[in-house]
Amino acid sequence: MNILDRFQRLGQNSENLLAQVGARGLFLLRILAGIPALLGHMKLFVQQLYAVGAQTLTIIAVSGMAVGMVLGLQMYNILVDISAENTLGHVVALSLVRELGPVLTGLLFAGRAGSALTAEIGLMKATDQLAGMEMMAVDPVKRIIVPRFVAGLFSMPMLAAIFSAIGILGSYFVGVDLLGVDEGAFWSRMQAQVDPYGDVLNGVIKSLVFGLLVTWIAVYEGYHATATTEGVSQATTRTVVHSAFAILGMDFILTGLMFGD
Amino acid sequence: MDPLTEKPDPEFLVQIRNLNYRIGNRAIHKDINLDIPRGKVTTIMGPSGCGKTTLLRLIGGQARAHSGQILVDGINVGRLDLNGLFTLRKRMGMMFQSGALFTDLSVFDNIAFPLREHTTLSESMVRHIVLMKLQAVGLRGARELFPAELSGGMARRVALARAIALDPMMIMYDEPFTGQDPITVGIIMQLIRLLNDTLGLTSIIVSHDVQEVCTISDQLFMLSDGKVISHGSPDQMKRSDSEAVQQFMHAFPDGPVAFHYPAADYFEDLMQT
Repeated sequence: MNILDRFQRLGQNSENLLAQVGARGLFLLRILAGIPALLGHMKLFVQQLYAVGAQTLTIIAVSGMAVGMVLGLQMYNILVDISAENTLGHVVALSLVRELGPVLTGLLFAGRAGSALTAEIGLMKATDQLAGMEMMAVDPVKRIIVPRFVAGLFSMPMLAAIFSAIGILGSYFVGVDLLGVDEGAFWSRMQAQVDPYGDVLNGVIKSLVFGLLVTWIAVYEGYHATATTEGVSQATTRTVVHSAFAILGMDFILTGLMFGD
Repeated sequence: MDPLTEKPDPEFLVQIRNLNYRIGNRAIHKDINLDIPRGKVTTIMGPSGCGKTTLLRLIGGQARAHSGQILVDGINVGRLDLNGLFTLRKRMGMMFQSGALFTDLSVFDNIAFPLREHTTLSESMVRHIVLMKLQAVGLRGARELFPAELSGGMARRVALARAIALDPMMIMYDEPFTGQDPITVGIIMQLIRLLNDTLGLTSIIVSHDVQEVCTISDQLFMLSDGKVISHGSPDQMKRSDSEAVQQFMHAFPDGPVAFHYPAADYFEDLMQT
């Protein structure tokens, strides 16, 4: 391959990438423009809040408890060597609220709710339900996509908060009940050192951004899936993989902006 | 109205002029012209892959022609924005090959869907209309069922009831008989003809079931290789001297539509190691 071919290929790839970014951006604008119409269809929003949010609760609660317990145990083993085990609550809370809560919830949310959204929308496309809706003069973006998108946006911060809360309880159980850390020190250190704005609010902002990314990717992939069994399967896989990359990349940027000096 | 548009003929509900449509580099429609009369049942026939379903999508504005005009009730579909298309589609019904029923809604709610979306009728009025539409297709007793509980034929009848929910001016049927047992085919044939005549609709059927469409259609168009190769009443089509029409109407396995997909010479192919 000569140098001209390489440049041509690079140019083609760049053009394709820009077209992809542009298509996703325009789709997001179309969704945002459809949000006011959702006010007349609150029932659809509540249904999706249940499907996207409430049905993801079990895996979030179980994972939060497991992560909190393991984190409590690992941190205790490190802290006890320097006689700082009383700071366990502080360390665990900061880890969960700042990082692990939003990031792990985002990854689990992509695997559970994001993949389900893509598969559902993709199958609706494959079975002509979206085309049927268009032919009945109903915009599928407003009727199908917008309620799911907004429900995802609302669910993620709540799920991340639940993940962190249950994680803290898990570390409390291991640290205080099993390993003998002082209960007063566990809670008081946490209360004194965790900043509601600097730490908790930033964690909420992170989870909101991750919710937007995952739901945006999921509905886009479903709506633009090739209308075949294989096409839906590939779109679902793309949702999980792209969401994971997006969360991890955006977490680095947000952490730098929020907690960097 | 587009200034270039010729004056629409009120006798025809759909008028297509010099339509060209491509997918990638493949030409699907090449300079197609056809007129679909009001109040009649018109069928578009042709071999698989000749662009019949695509033509319905073009008439419904779900795809845009690369050149040419499609007039529906005098309106140039290609010039409409999304709101204009939605206004026009409220006057169109479409029955998809798959039925396209919403799987999370019951039969009743599927048919009530367009009524609830586009009208301000009270729930009791919606109920009455839904039951009347279901009675017309013989499925009033199945209103509580979900699409997964319906047979293929029942799903198409529900789709038909939904397509007429808003009392449209026309209905498009995409392969309505494919994969159905003879009794269901008979029911669907009867319903298409009956609804067309009693509701004063215009029906456009896309199908390759020759016997069935010849029984219920007023007019047939035959597409092949992206062009309209013949049209006329079912009797005229049966008597056509076109080889391609004869092959299709009488199901000859070889003819203008070749049995063999284009390939290299058979002997040379076998000799290659």
